[in-house]
Amino acid sequence: MKQFQYIRPASQAAVLDAIAKSGSKIIAGGTNLVDLMKKGVMSPDKLVDINSLPLNTINTSPKGLHIGALVLNSVLSENSLVLDKHPLLSMALKAGASPQLRNMATVGGNMMQRTRCAYFYDTTMPCNKRTPGTGCGAMGGYNRMHAIFGSSPQCIAVHPSDMCVALAALGATVTIAGKKGERHIPFTEFHRLPGEHPEMDNHLATGEMILGVDIPDNNFAKNSYYLKVRDRQSYAFALVSVAAALDLRGGVIKEARLAMGGVAHKPWRLFDAEKFLAGKAPTEENFNKAAQLAMQSAKAYEYNAFKLKLAPATIAEALKHAGGLA
Amino acid sequence: MSDKKPIIPPNGEGISNGTRRDFIKQTTVLTAVAMAPGTVVKAASDHIDEQIAAVFEKMPLKMEVNGKLQNLSVEPRSTLLDILREQLDLTGTKKGCDHGQCGACTVHVDGHRVNSCLTLGVMVNGKKITTIEGLAKGDELHPMQEAFLKHDGFQCGYCTPGQIMSAVACIREGHANSEGEIREYMSGNICRCGAYPNIVNAIQEVKAGGQTV
Repeated sequence: MKQFQYIRPASQAAVLDAIAKSGSKIIAGGTNLVDLMKKGVMSPDKLVDINSLPLNTINTSPKGLHIGALVLNSVLSENSLVLDKHPLLSMALKAGASPQLRNMATVGGNMMQRTRCAYFYDTTMPCNKRTPGTGCGAMGGYNRMHAIFGSSPQCIAVHPSDMCVALAALGATVTIAGKKGERHIPFTEFHRLPGEHPEMDNHLATGEMILGVDIPDNNFAKNSYYLKVRDRQSYAFALVSVAAALDLRGGVIKEARLAMGGVAHKPWRLFDAEKFLAGKAPTEENFNKAAQLAMQSAKAYEYNAFKLKLAPATIAEALKHAGGLA
Repeated sequence: MSDKKPIIPPNGEGISNGTRRDFIKQTTVLTAVAMAPGTVVKAASDHIDEQIAAVFEKMPLKMEVNGKLQNLSVEPRSTLLDILREQLDLTGTKKGCDHGQCGACTVHVDGHRVNSCLTLGVMVNGKKITTIEGLAKGDELHPMQEAFLKHDGFQCGYCTPGQIMSAVACIREGHANSEGEIREYMSGNICRCGAYPNIVNAIQEVKAGGQTV
């Protein structure tokens, strides 16, 4: 690992000063960053440890449920407010990583983990995300794990988070701090598609940091489900995952939320399928139609065509669980 | 625990640190001589070597390991795993994948299991670490160690320290209520010998025994 300077500022202002330069990186849990630094994929000059900041609270607020950026994934997954109000988030968190990693990984860090694939990690291979302009190793390579939505010729990697899929479905808001003050953006607009700049995974600018996320209150708690399909039963990235949430009233779907993981450069909301389900009955037929609608813009590569069948099947199955049909 | 002395003196000063600083100074001056006119060499090298030394300097690390306070001096890039093994000679904690994928390096930090290979030493300053060496009370093995022996919860044994540290945490967390739950919450520990059924049996027995772990 390349040598670096390590500091642990005591205040948010000092952190913002320290991250003003592009060579500085925030570290919280470090589960992805330290891994990438060992591989030589990332090599910051300075690590800014933010663990002295008071960002590890979970509390109800006028905006709903506020979750600080430093809350650990393990703590969040077992929190009584989360289990009560947003069990979908708890399910997604427990489907992610391993117990040891969840004890280290933070909410902000989970969001900031790199969108990545094996070619990003292999420094002997071309990768536009790691080194812009070198090409994409995955495009003509072994792309079984890769994107079927929203990719570009530059990059077909997927964002591996489970937590982020649930937060996208739940319509969370991200609070970001910079030297000019705070700003709030919808969770679905935090991560970005690769386009011409796959080196950027999200819209956090240099010098900015995540303070936390807010989840608005909803009526999804009774009818939500996170279904993750992977190569082994636990501790593996998703081939496809689906967060499904239904607001069911009097046998009718008042509102539906659907998001997928393992299929795009960012957590992928299925807005068309959600619209279709609104006002409909929670039947298997409607769930299957919604799943087919969600696949309209899907595009497979040489080794991931199986996802074109797996994805709609997973959407329908997740909806059946959420709707009480499974 | 080993009786060997740490390579780095407890006060964080001394031969190792001094040698590193001198080395950086010398090489900086050599580089400066090669690249700059003589008149500016002296002033520039004095300035640069201070900057470089500041970047690469070792940092003090105080942590309690298995009940014993340790005052160390570490590079920011040293992982907790490497510090335990190389500086404290606590080689029970194993380096498997070194990337958080196998769980062989599992230790407890303030009572919570983590991958020590992905933990920077400087980030556990002031914390309490428990390694596999800290579980037994003298010659009396921890109930989980006894259970792994009884149920043959290993073959080659390389993953075993991590498995045991994770197994203890699994019960403490309240995630050992069924075979399925144990398998899910032990999924961060890989055993290439495939001793999983026996590991699950060992954990179930300790859980059923109701002892405080």
